[in-house]
Amino acid sequence: MIEIEAKLQRKHFNLDVSLQINKRVTAIFGPSGSGKSTLLSMIAGIAQPDSGTISIDGECVFDSKLGVNKPIHQRRVGLVFQDGRLFPHMTVEQNLTYAYKLNAHQKQPIKPVDIMQLLALDALKKQQPHQLSGGEKQRVALGRALLSSPKLLMLDEPLASLDDKLKQQILPYLKLVAENINIPMLYVSHSKDEITQLTSDIVYIQNGHVLTEG
Amino acid sequence: MQALFNFTPEELAIVWLSLKVALLCVLIILIPGIAVSWLLARKSFWGKSLLDSLVHLPLVLPPVVPGFLLLLLLGNQGLIGKHLHTYFGFSLAFTWMGAVVASAVMAFPLMVRSTRLAISQVDRNLEIAAQSLGAHPLKVFFTITLPLAMPGVITGLILAFSRSLGEFGATITFVGNIENETRTLPLAIYSYTQIPNGDWPAMRLVILSMILALGALMLSDRLERKANQKIGRQPHD
Repeated sequence: MIEIEAKLQRKHFNLDVSLQINKRVTAIFGPSGSGKSTLLSMIAGIAQPDSGTISIDGECVFDSKLGVNKPIHQRRVGLVFQDGRLFPHMTVEQNLTYAYKLNAHQKQPIKPVDIMQLLALDALKKQQPHQLSGGEKQRVALGRALLSSPKLLMLDEPLASLDDKLKQQILPYLKLVAENINIPMLYVSHSKDEITQLTSDIVYIQNGHVLTEG
Repeated sequence: MQALFNFTPEELAIVWLSLKVALLCVLIILIPGIAVSWLLARKSFWGKSLLDSLVHLPLVLPPVVPGFLLLLLLGNQGLIGKHLHTYFGFSLAFTWMGAVVASAVMAFPLMVRSTRLAISQVDRNLEIAAQSLGAHPLKVFFTITLPLAMPGVITGLILAFSRSLGEFGATITFVGNIENETRTLPLAIYSYTQIPNGDWPAMRLVILSMILALGALMLSDRLERKANQKIGRQPHD
């Protein structure tokens, strides 16, 4: 379960959210600039709220009053970004094992071989990221995030840079992950169509405030 | 033509000394150069612009000035040098190791300029992605930032190596022009130009300098291409 109560004030933007997320797949939906990505950044530890508390799976990762602020690498939050962010000097396989080896000291239920099979990456494993299509890059990014054995998987508009045809090719993989891997997933998008294919649990955000949940 | 390339043992000793000084210079500035470049590229701190200016000072000062300052600091009567001399019996002034120090001071800003630019061009989002996978910032530096900045680091090292091969002003001021000790290629060329009938031996050393410089540039180009290919950048002709 993820519990967030956070405030963040910027020059032209205020975020004030109070949320409890305990579903398998939750979509964060809202127009551009509503604060969806900022919310994810705060959970991941990339952005720091001015005040509030954030806990992931019962573990407090941020508390402004107690002075707790765990750095990104200790939060165990898997992130998939719009642009994939694959490491350009590594092959697909090295990108995947990078995440896996980093967490070798932990109990890892997901193995690279499982991910390669689930996301059909076996044929791509020797390729460099610049040789991949946009859809393939996102599949690798998704696999890499899963191999870091996260407590929470967050996807920030992962299909936004893909055309409709590619989106339809990736969505089944996302569904597969949601159905087969037991990690809660936060899915940010401004596309209703994408969201309804993945979940019916939706948090609607506008102007930095949660308007509806459910 | 054959006589031109038939180098004497003295000439080869000069080349060997120059190469030894330049290679050691590159070796001693490698780690501090990368560390300072990273600080300047990635961190904000009090005194950053002062550090930046100090690092780059040797580029804009007449080379004699750093040489003179080194003499004041590290000479046998210098602030630090006198202690080195008294307690360890160790002298830098007027020794080939002093030539390495003089070269390092002069080459350091070139190394930092290139490496700093390369580090600042590494996409920070990739570093964040690595951290989100569980990588400690130090691990991120060695597995993501440094490999991706490698073409710039290599360019910086070759520039520093070439600068060291050509170092004259700071070297002659700090360590003098002592045969078989501190007389590197530029100092030897200068010495020959100061004596009657020295033009021909000077010319031979000029040719040697050009061969070394061209070799360094070609090696730099090759290494840079390889490093670029490794990080998935297309080599540009």
